[in-house]
Amino acid sequence: MEFNYSEEQLALQETLQRFISRDYDFDKRRKFSASSLGYSAEAWTQYAELGLLSLPYPEEFGGLGGNAVDIMLVMEQFGQGLLLEPYLSTVVTCGGLIRDAAPTPMKQKMLPQIAAGELKLALAAYEAAGRYDLSYVGCTARESGGSWHLTGRKTVVLDGASADHYLVSARSSGGTGDRDGISLFLVPRDAKGLTVAAYPTQWGARAADLKLDEVTVGADALIGAPGRALPIIERAVDRANAALCAEAVGIINALNQATLNYLKTRKQFGVAIGTFQALKHKMADMLIAAEQSRSMAIIAAVHADSQDAAERHRAISAAKAYIGQAGRLVGQSAVQMHGGMGVVDELIVSHYFKRLTMIDLSLGDADYHLANFSDTLRQAVSSV
Amino acid sequence: MDLKYNPEEEKFRTEVRAFFDAELPTDIRTKLQLGRRISKEDMVRWQKILFRKGWGAVNWPKRFGGTGWDIVQQHIFEEERADACAPPQNPFSLKMLAPVMQTFGNAAQQEYFLPRILSGDDWWCQGYSEPGSGSDLASLRTSAVRQGDHYIVNGQKTWNTMGQYADWIFCLVRTSSEARPQQGISFLLIDMKSPGITVRPIIMLDGEHEINDIFFDNVKVPVQNLIGEENKGWTYAKFLLTHERSGNAGIGACKRALKKLKEIASEQTSNGRPLIEDSRFRDRIAQVEMELMALEITNLRVLSATAKAQGTLGPEVSVLKIKGSEIIQQLAELKMHALGHDALPYVREALEMGWAGNPLLSSHYRSYAPPISGQYFNQRKTTIYAGSTEIQKNIISQMILGL
Repeated sequence: MEFNYSEEQLALQETLQRFISRDYDFDKRRKFSASSLGYSAEAWTQYAELGLLSLPYPEEFGGLGGNAVDIMLVMEQFGQGLLLEPYLSTVVTCGGLIRDAAPTPMKQKMLPQIAAGELKLALAAYEAAGRYDLSYVGCTARESGGSWHLTGRKTVVLDGASADHYLVSARSSGGTGDRDGISLFLVPRDAKGLTVAAYPTQWGARAADLKLDEVTVGADALIGAPGRALPIIERAVDRANAALCAEAVGIINALNQATLNYLKTRKQFGVAIGTFQALKHKMADMLIAAEQSRSMAIIAAVHADSQDAAERHRAISAAKAYIGQAGRLVGQSAVQMHGGMGVVDELIVSHYFKRLTMIDLSLGDADYHLANFSDTLRQAVSSV
Repeated sequence: MDLKYNPEEEKFRTEVRAFFDAELPTDIRTKLQLGRRISKEDMVRWQKILFRKGWGAVNWPKRFGGTGWDIVQQHIFEEERADACAPPQNPFSLKMLAPVMQTFGNAAQQEYFLPRILSGDDWWCQGYSEPGSGSDLASLRTSAVRQGDHYIVNGQKTWNTMGQYADWIFCLVRTSSEARPQQGISFLLIDMKSPGITVRPIIMLDGEHEINDIFFDNVKVPVQNLIGEENKGWTYAKFLLTHERSGNAGIGACKRALKKLKEIASEQTSNGRPLIEDSRFRDRIAQVEMELMALEITNLRVLSATAKAQGTLGPEVSVLKIKGSEIIQQLAELKMHALGHDALPYVREALEMGWAGNPLLSSHYRSYAPPISGQYFNQRKTTIYAGSTEIQKNIISQMILGL
């Protein structure tokens, strides 16, 4: 057993911390968020140079052969720095999916492009009426003459504004909500019949809704066997959730640090407000939540690469549910303890709070994942 | 980062499990499985079995006759112990007094007392709290006045767990009232057979005699029973409390209770269906299980960081104590709620082995049911003893957060 990052991982962590303090302070972030792109293209180039964009890919595809714990480390820093770049979607969710499930020619073509910072991807798997259900796919895929024709809508595609390609789930057979019959396609942004409606998110990044109207792609755009893509998508979303857990832990620690500093410096009634027991105990609760959340993020990371789908899904749902709840406690408490300063745009605290809140609501909220985890308890209970 | 046990640790687990299978007396195991009372004799018998195996003290270094196990091995042992329904060992001697004696005691004390603890020959209890000194422990007033080769001890200790069985008690006593309260405390070992000691039972809310008041009326204690230096007892007391709290995560016991809860929820029915099929109840189990998953890793992280730094346990154990005590309480509460109406009967005879039962009641009242509500009531103590949750939060805010 080992509960710490390796020397090599700590070196990478330090590099990222230096990058954030030098090139990505709160004022710079504000500018990146307000730009038309919604993030920093320069930062993306630096991630490529640092090897972050090739981190989880095998060496034969130009990657560094990293694992989910490496991703945990990176995502924790994404949280600390509130970084806006589409790393989760491109490298973790979609790049990871391609690594695991795409045909070799697609891997050979796309993974090096991702690594070089030349290609950004986004997963288009959710639809309006389906909430967090990945099997709720009304978008259709019809095969004819060696091509596939996709029609339907996809909602709130994370990092969807800047993506060069989308991974789109569509139904090639069965009815909405069936686990079977879902296929997955690589769709270029400039495909005929594809409309992309981009908009900002609550935390200042960009997402998009997609409308597909008889979008035609070749057979080589198919990832996985026709009608059998759901487990592939679930695996990618599990991995993305593990990464979100790590990002949330980064934010939780940052919020705790900011709140602790505030308690020590803000004076009322002639003393630092951190001398009041009501606030001390709340701060202690936040520290406990942070430690427990870190443990859960570790559990999620070490299961993220697991081949055992049931065990992986169970562990990651537990972690995402737990961290969703813990994040709510820490986020709300941090704002409360900052008083008026907690509800203004000027301080980074409210920005951490917004991102942390939206992490909970992304890819399944705490209630959704609690139900997932809870359902696993019905099995394998022996008699008394 | 890696949460897997290595092959050696897996082998160790197999060895521990095989030992429990072979050596744990069936009558003791059955009592624990059904939540029945266990006696001092049961615990001493088990301690002697462990001692013969060389496993009398899993947390002691080898030079004092302990196993010298690392924290992962200790964790595995505790998990298997709870899962096998083996009794806990006396924590007061093995986990609280012993580390103090090994660190601050003199050679004569170590040579006399430690082997007797290991072999189960001496039963120890703890004399910390007093009627006027609970959370504010340093205000304690039980006095020890030096007279030649002896201290004369007068006062009252309370909440002495299993003090009715004890051969010895380790006490915090006041040897000076001149400086700050913390600076006048000494750590004294007292023979319970000394003239002037009276033990009075305190009956807890579950009807059980688990704790006592202990009165000291001019009790003579030889000066060689002083640990370390006079008036330095507060340092030793805090050291002890940190060790006490580190055991309070109680991961093994929580895992066992969770398993039991799931079994009960599968067996009890609601509207003809297993209770665990009711998502409202099941989600409450899931909620506690998540907390326990996290605490297991947090516990190992804290202990391994301490072992790696070869340091002593610090205020981080307060995190473990708070969470562990909350989880065991929640599990006890859910087990009780799983029983529904069957949580209501209080049949004292049913708490002993071999209760024949009341035919009508027995038709639905399962063998595991009798102790469960009492356990819920009893477990309220866990967020109060060893420093209440509120005291732990004070420690976290002062020692970790610097508030």
